[in-house]
Amino acid sequence: MDKILEIQGLVKDRGKTRVLHGVDLTVSTGERVALLGHNGAGKSTLIKTVLGLTKMGGGSVKIAGYKPGSAAARADTAFLPEAVSFHPALTGREQLTLFARLAGQKADIAGLLERVGLADALDRRIGTYSKGMRQRLGLAQVLLGKPKLALLDEPTSGLDPISRQDLYAIIDELAAGGCAVLIASHALTEVEARTDRIAIMRKGHLVADDTLAGLSAKAGLRTKMRVRATSDADTLVKFTGGRRMNGASVEIEIDAAGKMDMLQKIAAMGGAVADVDITPPRLEDLYRHYAKEEMH
Amino acid sequence: MRFLAIAQAEMRILARNRWLFMATLIMVLFALALTFAGSAPTGTLGVDMLTVSVTSMTTLSVYLAPLLALMMAFDAVAGDVERGSLGLLLSYPAGRGEILLGKFAAHLAALTIAMTIGFGAAGAIAAYMGGAGQDSVLALLRLIGTSVLLGGVFLTLGYMVSSLAKSATAAAGMAAGLWLIFVVLYDLGLLGAVVMDSGGWFTETLFPWLMVANPADAFRLWNIASSESVALASGMVGAASALPSWAAPVSLAVWPLLGFAFARLAFRRVEP
Repeated sequence: MDKILEIQGLVKDRGKTRVLHGVDLTVSTGERVALLGHNGAGKSTLIKTVLGLTKMGGGSVKIAGYKPGSAAARADTAFLPEAVSFHPALTGREQLTLFARLAGQKADIAGLLERVGLADALDRRIGTYSKGMRQRLGLAQVLLGKPKLALLDEPTSGLDPISRQDLYAIIDELAAGGCAVLIASHALTEVEARTDRIAIMRKGHLVADDTLAGLSAKAGLRTKMRVRATSDADTLVKFTGGRRMNGASVEIEIDAAGKMDMLQKIAAMGGAVADVDITPPRLEDLYRHYAKEEMH
Repeated sequence: MRFLAIAQAEMRILARNRWLFMATLIMVLFALALTFAGSAPTGTLGVDMLTVSVTSMTTLSVYLAPLLALMMAFDAVAGDVERGSLGLLLSYPAGRGEILLGKFAAHLAALTIAMTIGFGAAGAIAAYMGGAGQDSVLALLRLIGTSVLLGGVFLTLGYMVSSLAKSATAAAGMAAGLWLIFVVLYDLGLLGAVVMDSGGWFTETLFPWLMVANPADAFRLWNIASSESVALASGMVGAASALPSWAAPVSLAVWPLLGFAFARLAFRRVEP
């Protein structure tokens, strides 16, 4: 896999406040990376720096080998701003045609707008669009051409649940086509299932950057197993060392490494076990762990 | 030609939000009003009615061309920042210079349309009613051309304040200030200095150059100096004759370039 976005030791100061402290992050072809963090954690500043919209104070950023803001980097990058807006007097088709001409693409405008579910609103002024429709139009311009890198800032804000599903389907398609996708988001449960890697920012520091499983292992958060006994929970407690929940169920907390051993133990008990539920640590637990952890 | 794509979209916006129509209407109404109001003195001065009309319209254009230009331009950058659409636009391969150039091309085209129709209609009526000579037709064409140039200067100055301002409202205020300084206060200041100096070195040597350095005055001087009959009708032969004939055209030709460079510099610092 080629590294499309390479950020090394990125530093950014706003006045006397340092807003990015030596951030390292890479996104490779076909990879979907979620960038999480509270408001003010530095996500938007990071994206602006990658776009070349704001100067960096130190470190290096490369997009497919090019400097941020250079013509070549901009040609390779697609961007969806948070709460995107356009001139209300233009129609969706006109706005997208403008973007296509700026990108130097001969695009199938009508096809693109149909792809994002705006076929009916093609020739209506953007002033009449709902927030969700503007967001879809913003997504349509991301699909123009074949970007090597897509930066999506809160892409699901203002979208209803069905539209969110559509949006992630489109993101999957982009990634399958080889685009490196960086998604800044608050919507934890969505990115959990839809991204390959998760980066968490906290007060301008990158505090985590790994797969969900890797993050869980590092955080030492334990997997929860709930075992229901057919008749007597006491035997289960004795065998597994778990905690009794009620008359029939036992809850066991276990490290990721010990999970299979425990499962074998449970299986060995045969008929005494009626059911097993396994709950790995959720992204929400991880996020809370990393985003609130004090810096060392 | 990315700036053409931007120019086309901007032109469409000007047409959609009725700007083009309103600007043209304002020009036509004012030009017609001045032509009819100014039709009286033709007999006494011995010039045709189109000449008198052009003279009145020159005075009008000094105020109106910068005003229309600034009203179009003040929103160009600050408005996009406020709407949040500038960041997205800048993520495309078009450079900042191309974006400005595209907006400038569209706005200048709109000004050209409004000026040509406004002054053209008034000129045609004046010629029909009171006659027109080769000299006065030339003066009319010069008026239209220089008005567009003058508007161009203030378009670029408008982009500059639009880039410097923190909001579109602030940009509007700064644009109004620019208009007041260039069109009213600068002349008042010069007038005051001339009165204090009472015919000394300042009035003889420096004053004409200071005057032509202001694009609005350069516009006035160019129109007046180039046509003897217009100068006669306006009674402003003195100031114009103290300068070489190239001074006013050069000033008016250099100002849009200067203004564009200023606007480009200011726009470079804008962080959406």
